[in-house]
Amino acid sequence: MAKTLYDKIWESHLVDEQNDGTSLLYIDRHLVHEVTSPQAFEGLRLSNRKVKLPGSTLAVVDHNVPTTDRSKGIADKESAIQVETLSKNCKDFGIEFFGLTDKRQGIVHVIGPEQGFTQPGMTIVCGDSHTSTHGAFGALAFGIGTSEVEHVLATQTLIQSRAKNFKISVDGKLPLGVTAKDVILSIIGKIGTAGGTGYVIEYCGEVFRNFSMEERMTVCNMSIEAGARAGLVAPDQKTFDYIKGRPLAPKGENWEKALKYWSTLYTDKDAKFDRELHLQGKDIEPTVTWGTSPQDTASINGKVPDPNLEKNEDRKKSILRSLDYMGLEPNTAIQDIKIDKVFIGSCTNGRIEDLREVAKIVKGKKVNKSVDAIVVPGSGLVKLQAEKEGLDKIFKESGFDWREPGCSMCLGMNPDQLKPKERCASTSNRNFEGRQGRGGRTHLVSPVMAAAAAIEGKFVDIRKII
Amino acid sequence: MEKFTKLKSIAADLQISNIDTDMIIPKQFLKTIKRTGLGSALFYEMRYDEKGNVIKSFILNNAPYNKAKILISGKNFGCGSSREHAPWALLDFGIRCIVAESFADIFYNNCFKNGILPIVLPENQVKELSEAAKKNKEIEIDLVDQKIHKGDNRPFDFEIEPFRKECLLNGYDDIALTLKKDAKIKTFEQNKKNLTPWLY
Repeated sequence: MAKTLYDKIWESHLVDEQNDGTSLLYIDRHLVHEVTSPQAFEGLRLSNRKVKLPGSTLAVVDHNVPTTDRSKGIADKESAIQVETLSKNCKDFGIEFFGLTDKRQGIVHVIGPEQGFTQPGMTIVCGDSHTSTHGAFGALAFGIGTSEVEHVLATQTLIQSRAKNFKISVDGKLPLGVTAKDVILSIIGKIGTAGGTGYVIEYCGEVFRNFSMEERMTVCNMSIEAGARAGLVAPDQKTFDYIKGRPLAPKGENWEKALKYWSTLYTDKDAKFDRELHLQGKDIEPTVTWGTSPQDTASINGKVPDPNLEKNEDRKKSILRSLDYMGLEPNTAIQDIKIDKVFIGSCTNGRIEDLREVAKIVKGKKVNKSVDAIVVPGSGLVKLQAEKEGLDKIFKESGFDWREPGCSMCLGMNPDQLKPKERCASTSNRNFEGRQGRGGRTHLVSPVMAAAAAIEGKFVDIRKII
Repeated sequence: MEKFTKLKSIAADLQISNIDTDMIIPKQFLKTIKRTGLGSALFYEMRYDEKGNVIKSFILNNAPYNKAKILISGKNFGCGSSREHAPWALLDFGIRCIVAESFADIFYNNCFKNGILPIVLPENQVKELSEAAKKNKEIEIDLVDQKIHKGDNRPFDFEIEPFRKECLLNGYDDIALTLKKDAKIKTFEQNKKNLTPWLY
C-alpha cells in the first residue's frame, strides 16, 4: 500500500501497538535543556532508574542564559540553579552537555542540526514544542512534556497514538523579499492555530524543494503554531549535503548505508492524505502579525481588522481582546505601526542565513533613533561564523546590539524582555500576551522585515527596498 | 499519580479561546526545579496586576470559584509551549478536570500524566456547562461511566481512549507499564541496530 513519509517513519519505529491504537514508539534521539528536565531527572533518581541510552541524548543550556557578558556566570539565582542542575544531571547520568562557555552552546533546535545529531528518518523528541524544527530533515520530531522526557530517558520509547496526514503544498516561486517565515505565517493565518491539531504536516511543492535547509527549518519550526504534532519535508540532496561531515553525522561505510536508507524516505506517489491545502508561491506576501496569536496575520499592505465586521461572536471577542492588549485601533494600516524594539534571533530565525539576510538590509544604514535593536545568534558556532564574515561589524555599525547565543527575547526567561506597552518587531514564533515580557507587544515578522523596521522605525514593505 | 474516578465540584467558567500555556503559567515560574507549588502562579497575569495585587474581577480570585476543581473553557485550550508546568499549576491550584471544545496536543497529553482529565465536548454542550457553572451548580464527572452529570436527567457522554482511561482510573505510572515491555523493546532495538547501524 502506498505510504506517506510520516507513515513510513511511524511504522519503522513501532515497538508495540494495542487494540485501541495506543502505541509504543521507539525514540532515536533526545535533546534536553535546562527548563523542562530537572523534574525528569529527579523522577529517575526517586525510582532508581538510569538513562537507557546516554549516547542518544544531547543536552544544552539555552532558555535561561544571559546574552550579555557571561564571564561572571548568571546573576539570576534561580536561572543559575537550573543551569547548574542540568550540568550536574548530565554528569551523573553520563550525558553529553554543552555548557554556558562551550562554543557549541546554543538554542537546542539550532545545535541539533548543526552537530549532525538530527538526521532523516529518525524520531527526535525534546521537552520543547519547537522540536518540530528538525522535521526539515525528514525526521519525525515533536515536543513533549517533562513526564515524557523522563519516560524517554528511562525507556528510549514514548506512548503515542498515530496522527493523521496533512499535505500542504506551495507551488511556483516566491516573489523577491518573501521568505520562509512569510510562507509559514501565511499558512497559519489560513488554517489557524488549531488547524493542524491531530495531524503531521508534510510540506510539499516547488517552494519547499527550492528552500535551503535553514528555510525548511523555519517552516517546520512553526508547525506547532498551527497546532500540528510535527512538520516534515522529505529529505533530498540538499539535506544530505547539509549533514555530510558534521561532527555526529555517519562516516565512511555508515555514510553510504545511511544515504541508501535516507533515499527511501519520501511519500509514495499514490499515498492518501487525510487533508490537503494547496497554495501558490506568487500569492504570498510579506506578513506581519497584528494580534496575540500567530494566526492573526496581515499582509504588509493590509490593515488591522475591524471587530465590528466580524460575524463570528467568539472570533470578535478574541479580536477585541487582542487589539486592546496590542494597543491598536481597528483599520490601522500595518505600515503605520511604529515599533520600539527589534529582536532578531530564536530557533525560528537565528541561523547564519537569517543573519546574512539581515546584514544585507542594514549594511551602511542606521537603526532608527526611536528603536532598540538586538541580534542574538542561534548558537556559538553561528556567532563565530557571523564574526568570520564580518556580519557583527555591520550590525554594530548600524546600531544593533550583538549578543551571546540563546533563546533570549523569544520568551524572556533571561533579562532580555519587553517592558509593558513596548512594541517589538520580532523574528521569533509566538506573539502571545506577555510572551516577551508582561504587557509587551509582539509583531512576528521575517528577518528582512524586522531589519527594515529597525531602520525605518515602523513596518515597511521590504519588496520596495530590495 | 493520583487516581481519577469521580469528581464532584462547582466549575469555573473561563470562556476564552486559544488559552495558551504562557497565560496558564508565565515564563518567570519555569525556573523552578520542582513540580509543586505553582498553584499560586496559575494564570498569573490575569490574576494579579503589575504590582502583584489581586485582580478582583478574575473568576478564580473569587469564592466559590477559587475552590473549583473543574474548569470550563474555550477552544484550543493549552496551545503553545510543551511546559508541563501548565498542568502542574492547574493541579496545584486544585483543578482536576478541564472541559473545552478542543485542546492543543501536547497540553492534552501532559494532563493525563498528572491525573488531570481533559474532556472534549461539542460547542452546544460546552455552552450548557458554562451556564451551569455560572449558576454555581455542582457538576459530577464520572470517568468510569464516561458521563457528566449536571443536576438534571440529561447527563452528557464523553469520549476517552481506553488506555488513557485505564491509567487515570488506576493512577498508573507510565514508565513502569512500559518497562514491562522491556523484552519487546530489546528485540526492536536489536533489529534496528542491524538496519540503521550508524545510529548506535
